[in-house]
Amino acid sequence: MLLIPCPWCGPREEAEFHYGGQAHVAYPEDPAALSDEEWARYLFFRDNPKGVFAERWSHSAGCRRWFNALRDTATNRIHGVYRVGEPRPVAS
Amino acid sequence: MAERRSPAAAYAGRFEAASRGEALRLAELPFLTQINVRVDPSSPAAGDLGDALGVPLPVEPNTAVRAGSGADEVTVAWLGPDEWLVVAPEGYRLELLRKARGDRHGSIVDVSAQRTTLLVTGPRARDLLAHGCALDLHPGVFGPGACAQTTLARAQVVLIPREDGFLVLVRSSFAAYLAEWLLDAAAEYVA
Ligand SMILES: [Zn+2]
Repeated sequence: MLLIPCPWCGPREEAEFHYGGQAHVAYPEDPAALSDEEWARYLFFRDNPKGVFAERWSHSAGCRRWFNALRDTATNRIHGVYRVGEPRPVAS
Repeated sequence: MAERRSPAAAYAGRFEAASRGEALRLAELPFLTQINVRVDPSSPAAGDLGDALGVPLPVEPNTAVRAGSGADEVTVAWLGPDEWLVVAPEGYRLELLRKARGDRHGSIVDVSAQRTTLLVTGPRARDLLAHGCALDLHPGVFGPGACAQTTLARAQVVLIPREDGFLVLVRSSFAAYLAEWLLDAAAEYVA
């Protein structure tokens, strides 16, 4: 079980959280202008790094806020968490 | 008028039986008024709501404040950066909060029926909850003035520590499950 530090509540067990996939995927400025392929790319294509990955998490059984986390997909080490709107920190 | 039944009413007798020893006291505090408040904490409306409650809305995560006495006694628990839960006696006048907010941005919602309140007190209260809760419940880090939304035996709860134990606010539909779990976990502490 991971211990995930919610940027509001502090460290809580993984079971309190809900995973939200890759962070910083911006909604298209003008979705109607996209081709089917571009739209599919926005909807379905995500990075899949081995290493540090910026992800969205929701503290669903706690404060119910969404936030971002930098998690190493190979080691599960969490390098940092940051609130929505805050810039992505540099992984240590 | 329909008869009102609290979610854990059927457990009153077994709670009482489990409370006969020195170690534990289990009880339901039915029908408390619970109000969900959402407002920008830096807005004037938040200040006016604090005045109406008799205590400023706590902005520190995982904290709760108490104010007033008797029919005006309120506990205000932090639920999120712009969200609080007000727990007050039955009959608390939520219109006062609506009036304090006025027509400004924010929401005041009566959620009294969403959860019921279980009182878990006594010298073994902390040991009992620790059977199903991953948080450190030691009074040094989780004493009066704290609060937490977390899971107890996998059920979502709001925990509010008191001098002699804890308030456990649980969704009405999970109240029977949690009551059964508490009684089962309490077996080793009950004479
Ligand atoms: Zn949280």
